[in-house]
Amino acid sequence: MAEKLLEIKNLKTSFRIKDDYFAAVDDVSLNVNKNEVLAIVGESGCGKSALAFSIMGLHTRAKMEGDILYKGENIVGISASKLNKLRGKHMGMIFQDPLTALNPLMIIGDQIGEALLLHNKELSKTQRKEKVINLLNKVGIPRAEYVYEQFPHELSGGMRQRVVIATAIANEPEILIADEPTTALDVTIQSQILDLIKDLKEDMNSGIVLITHDLGVVAEMADRVAVMYAGEIVEIAEVTTLFEEPLHPYTRSLFNSVPNASEEQDRLHVIQGIVPSLQNLPRNGCRFAPRIPWIDGSAHEAHPQLHEIKPGHFVRCTCYKHFHFPEEVRKEEEHHGVS
Amino acid sequence: MWKFSVRRILIMIPQLFVLSLLIFVLAKMMPGDALSGQIDPNIDPERIEELRIEMGWYDPWHEQYASWVGGVMKGDFGMSFRFKMPVTELIGQRIVNSFWLSVATLILTYLIAIPLGITSGRYNDTFRDQLITGYSYVGFATPLFIFALVMLWIFGFQLQWFPTSGSVEPGMQPGTFDYFMSKFYHLLLPALSMALITTFSTILYLRNEIIDTKQKDFILLARSKGASESRVYNQHIFRNSLLPIAAFFGFEITGLIGGSIFIENIFGYPGMGQLLIESISLRDFSVVTATTLLFGVASILGALISDIILSLVDPRIRIK
Repeated sequence: MAEKLLEIKNLKTSFRIKDDYFAAVDDVSLNVNKNEVLAIVGESGCGKSALAFSIMGLHTRAKMEGDILYKGENIVGISASKLNKLRGKHMGMIFQDPLTALNPLMIIGDQIGEALLLHNKELSKTQRKEKVINLLNKVGIPRAEYVYEQFPHELSGGMRQRVVIATAIANEPEILIADEPTTALDVTIQSQILDLIKDLKEDMNSGIVLITHDLGVVAEMADRVAVMYAGEIVEIAEVTTLFEEPLHPYTRSLFNSVPNASEEQDRLHVIQGIVPSLQNLPRNGCRFAPRIPWIDGSAHEAHPQLHEIKPGHFVRCTCYKHFHFPEEVRKEEEHHGVS
Repeated sequence: MWKFSVRRILIMIPQLFVLSLLIFVLAKMMPGDALSGQIDPNIDPERIEELRIEMGWYDPWHEQYASWVGGVMKGDFGMSFRFKMPVTELIGQRIVNSFWLSVATLILTYLIAIPLGITSGRYNDTFRDQLITGYSYVGFATPLFIFALVMLWIFGFQLQWFPTSGSVEPGMQPGTFDYFMSKFYHLLLPALSMALITTFSTILYLRNEIIDTKQKDFILLARSKGASESRVYNQHIFRNSLLPIAAFFGFEITGLIGGSIFIENIFGYPGMGQLLIESISLRDFSVVTATTLLFGVASILGALISDIILSLVDPRIRIK
């Protein structure tokens, strides 16, 4: 049995809009194990980042319910000073956009050094500098001594993301949360950054939560995958299981939307509609139902639960049993017409 | 840094040239001159014409301009018709008064605005914030000259806490501590009146900047490093939020000049603003051009100071 680092139980993160609270993360339960990459996938606005921010305690004005256990200790609602002892030391975060994630008025060395300074007061200035330069080398930044003195605007996007990563891993955290770490980078840099994260995982044995909407990244990096839709987890499985046998209609639609170079396609599959906004989320029944209107309403559960299909493979709602794509409907109808 | 400053100062030369030209041309376009209406009506008009020719009134404008600029370079702004003394000497007394009034106003403005702006931005949408923004909107909507009159009436006449005119108690010996205190006492009410009204822009700017910076990714990164709330504010938010305030500093000076014209007249404070208004109404041509030129130079210097401050605090502007 893998060692559980992080255990999220029935987490609900709500934001206040006007006078009501709306849950962006709704009843999410997850485990992150040691030396594992857990990918969280979904469209924009499905609550992936809200989940990541909840784990890091970065929501300043959200209402959080449920538990997040770090090595058995609940970190929801703990005092700021306790949280600050965890953040940066035991949990690190890599942000989506390296262009905005660094303080424009601080030299690189000080920004990475701050993470060390906050958690290791005994380090002398020279020791700290030495460590920062080691970190810069570790994340593959050439001429580290020179970059140490530079300001963020003097570095390229890929270099800045390396700096952000160096900051996140400065204290060798056991949990690393990567919120779409490659979205803002171009393709060649993307793979370099992913390789870097992979190497660091091997190095530190940490658990990584990788948030992405890129299924290619998932295939390359993840051990397990959680698919999120409208604040809920709709499917969790080992990466191979999920790629070979996706069950939930949403997962299948996502896979179907990936352009396939080997097959000739006239049109790309498009999932109808958009992720509903926080205020308009259907709170009862299957949340994905409005986007697959051709599926009969009776296929859905009234209160969709996660069903364990196989050990470790969970799917929400029963509609997966009856799901088919609209094109397939037409084929069936044509078939009927002939016979 | 030095390269930047030198380059920035060189840019000022054409600015100053255009400024002096504009002031001169505009002043020439003012109707009337010092001899119209100010002189004994019994004097023969032909004599007046002679005087005008003697004083160079009918010379080609570029010659007049050249001789004026030539004088200005040497610190000679000509003679005041009204005071019958060199303008340089006349301005000399008042420029010091105006300078101290502006410095006091600036200090008071920032002393009021920065804590209020920071509180308002940090605790945005709370009662405190609404109170502060409410105050700034009132400040924004109140005309300075009305507010100054009200202040003068309440604190000067009703409560008699402050003197109502002048810049120093008569009979004080310059250079003594009492003289200095009296000067300070006299400029306190005008400076405070102006500061209370002009703070609004700085407060609102600072508030918006802080709210904006608060949501930036690098603040989240700082929090995810484990930085405490006070560290996040002191190390990351404030410095970034103060950038536009530094950039605004030059405009603040320009605004002060406009404000001081009202304030000095209302409080009977013998400064440049008061001198300017009086001289305009008396067609004291050489004083008007001199004061306007000095105000213009102050604005240009303000912009220069802004740029230099900005280049000191923002590494992105520094030229390597």
